[in-house]
Amino acid sequence: MDILDILLSASFWAAAIRIASPLIFATLGELICERAGVLNLGIEGIMVAGAFAGWMAVYSGTGLWTGVMVAMVVGMAFGLIHSVLTVPFGLSQHVVGLGVTLLATSSTYYAYRLALPEVTSPPKITAFQPFEIPILSDIPLLGPALFAQTPMTYLAFVLVGLVSIVLYRTPLGLALRAAGENPSAVAAQGLSVTGIRMGAVIVGSGFMAMGGAFLTMSAFDSFFFEMVNGRGWICIALVVFGAWKPGKALLGAVLFAAFDALQIRVQQTPLGADIPYQIFLMTPYVLSILALIVMSRRAEVPGALMVPFNKGER
Amino acid sequence: MTGAEAAQVVLRLDRITKTFGKLVANDAVSLSLHRGEVIALLGENGAGKTTLMNILFGQYTADSGAVEVFGRALPPGNPRAALDAGVGMVHQHFTLADNMTVLENVALGTVPLWQPRLDRTAVRARITRLADDFRLAVDPDARVGTLTVGERQRVEILKALYREARILILDEPTAVLTPQETDDLFATLRKAVALGLSIVFISHKLHEVMDISDRVVILRHGCLVGEMATKDTDRHALAAAMVGAEVSAPKVAPAAPGAALLRLGEVSTPDQGNAPGLKSVSLALRAGQITGLAGVSGNGQAALADLIGGLCAPTTGQFDLDGANVAQWSPRTAVQSGIARIPEDRHKTGTIADFNLTENAILESYHTAPMSNHGWMNWARAEAATEEIIARYDVRCPGPDTRIRLLSGGNMQKLILGRVLEAAPRIILANQPVRGLDIGAVNYVHSQLLAARARGAAVLLISEDLDEIMALSDVIHVISEGRLSPEFARGTMAPADLGVWMAGHGFDEGLAHAS
Repeated sequence: MDILDILLSASFWAAAIRIASPLIFATLGELICERAGVLNLGIEGIMVAGAFAGWMAVYSGTGLWTGVMVAMVVGMAFGLIHSVLTVPFGLSQHVVGLGVTLLATSSTYYAYRLALPEVTSPPKITAFQPFEIPILSDIPLLGPALFAQTPMTYLAFVLVGLVSIVLYRTPLGLALRAAGENPSAVAAQGLSVTGIRMGAVIVGSGFMAMGGAFLTMSAFDSFFFEMVNGRGWICIALVVFGAWKPGKALLGAVLFAAFDALQIRVQQTPLGADIPYQIFLMTPYVLSILALIVMSRRAEVPGALMVPFNKGER
Repeated sequence: MTGAEAAQVVLRLDRITKTFGKLVANDAVSLSLHRGEVIALLGENGAGKTTLMNILFGQYTADSGAVEVFGRALPPGNPRAALDAGVGMVHQHFTLADNMTVLENVALGTVPLWQPRLDRTAVRARITRLADDFRLAVDPDARVGTLTVGERQRVEILKALYREARILILDEPTAVLTPQETDDLFATLRKAVALGLSIVFISHKLHEVMDISDRVVILRHGCLVGEMATKDTDRHALAAAMVGAEVSAPKVAPAAPGAALLRLGEVSTPDQGNAPGLKSVSLALRAGQITGLAGVSGNGQAALADLIGGLCAPTTGQFDLDGANVAQWSPRTAVQSGIARIPEDRHKTGTIADFNLTENAILESYHTAPMSNHGWMNWARAEAATEEIIARYDVRCPGPDTRIRLLSGGNMQKLILGRVLEAAPRIILANQPVRGLDIGAVNYVHSQLLAARARGAAVLLISEDLDEIMALSDVIHVISEGRLSPEFARGTMAPADLGVWMAGHGFDEGLAHAS
């Protein structure tokens, strides 16, 4: 009965959408990379770097949107490192990705200590505030859940549509998907596989950093090192869950976030008093593994994912 | 073709030279192609045909030499420039994205990347029109992954035509086609030539070359060794020029069949996806005899090969080796029982591309003495054995530590032959043993199979090439929809008679006769 009440409350769904937002940004970023044929395991570190960069920019006096841009540019810089190593040099995407995660995380720590040497608790910024969209936010249940969010959440949803359109309706999207399916088809048409793949990784990494920035600039108003907390890895799973399609990936992100929001609330019910809270913490992950198994069985993996392309090789 | 048109040279290659390490792939090759002409580029595997065309198309950069298209020099190493100049290439290994539709594959790269929208309606209309003009029936909205090999090839040709190619290069286009599909392809090519296109047709199948080309250019070991008008030559002369020696069909001595080494009694196996399993198949492989299995691809050949090779077990029926029922059946027991397997796809299941020759040569024996002792590899012994195979089976390669990826198909097949025949197997499963090989290699493989037969081995020859089946087999079965025809002795059936069985007729009556 309690659970039903929770599921019917607007605050629960508002929380779910809020928790989903950073996942949406980063999942879209990973999806773009993988659609072009590059697995980007730098995602976790790039999110940390993005979270720090956006927050730091705003703390140093820039506007909020400028902060988002700064986060994106920092993410793209790490994307550039990743893509140079994995695309023209054709190094192992696993190794490079984990390397970028370590590099981004540790350089963020370094930059943090450099910028704030004597601070014990990180300073707060004035984060994005919820913006109620007139009329739409008055719809019962749906209104407060969907249309009373921060602007960055709206941006995340817009980006899902945008990426979808680019992937399926434009020549650029066609070339990008072909680079991930069969790069020699792209090369045979006189296009640059290297250019397309590098571009995808750089832009995708920018999106990942925006996902990180959401955490410090929209969900909270400060920066902690543990705040990304494996969200990047969840996004890798969400791409598979979404069968490499933006719409389905969005659905997966919301679903995961809903489980997360639910378990927090169930902990506070009488049921939560009897069962160790770790069980609740575990549920979103267990449920997403189950959902992943069901959903990904018929997914079509990009044919050339993780396959480096070397021109002229016999 | 009128005289004036014939004079127009659309493509000129001038002294192209290309080396890969120590290997000279092309040695100062020059040739020219005229409007409305079909040139056949003929040569054995590894003669440098594909390399030459990849240079023309800009996928490789020549060490020296020049390419001229419609009188203008082509910048080297730039596929885009070749495409823009009107050169279209249909690669041997298709460059299609399986998860995308025909339309998407054709449209790829034809519009500027930053154009905001892809006009699917216009693309679809143009594909449909080209398909009509050139008799290339294909559904623009079908996913490429669901198409047959013949249809995929049509998509490749459509891609070239869509880009207004005036010169078509086809690299071994018929290697993957059924005879019917080959006829369709030739009809399309004739149509294209009639519309003023020029074609370079790479092949090593002589009858096709005689059929489609106006002029034949022969490459051997990277050098141009002959150039002649097709009407002034014949298959025999071409074959001789190609391998540099007279070629003769293998002489087959009369068979002396012995006991049945392997016997199947009404065996059935599960279907494998779209391919049927075996349906109550009875078969005996006798010592000293070649049993030919004819049939259209995908009619249960794979199931039979998997069964004998140990990859699957019968669901029902009797499976005997040397008269004793087989209980435990796996690839390893198959090898230990003296079954040699020449797999259908040497790249996929026959070899490991990035392993060297030694490692590939011991794939079936690495776990037993003398290749390993008490869990330790004896590499010296393995390498010595490989050297022996290389010498005895004439595998042309830099040495046993070469990665097998770098070998031509024929040399790869010779290594596989050496691997399985060195153990003097009693039963040989030869599944498409000469697919994609040139004449020299084909003759070599055939002579090895005949030698094994003379030594008393039982050979099962699976092939889609009826000529090959009829030339080598002592007895022939036809397989269709997983059912097996009765046994036909050599010379009792004409190709047309077998064709009736291949089309699936006669099984119900035939089985009644046989029993």
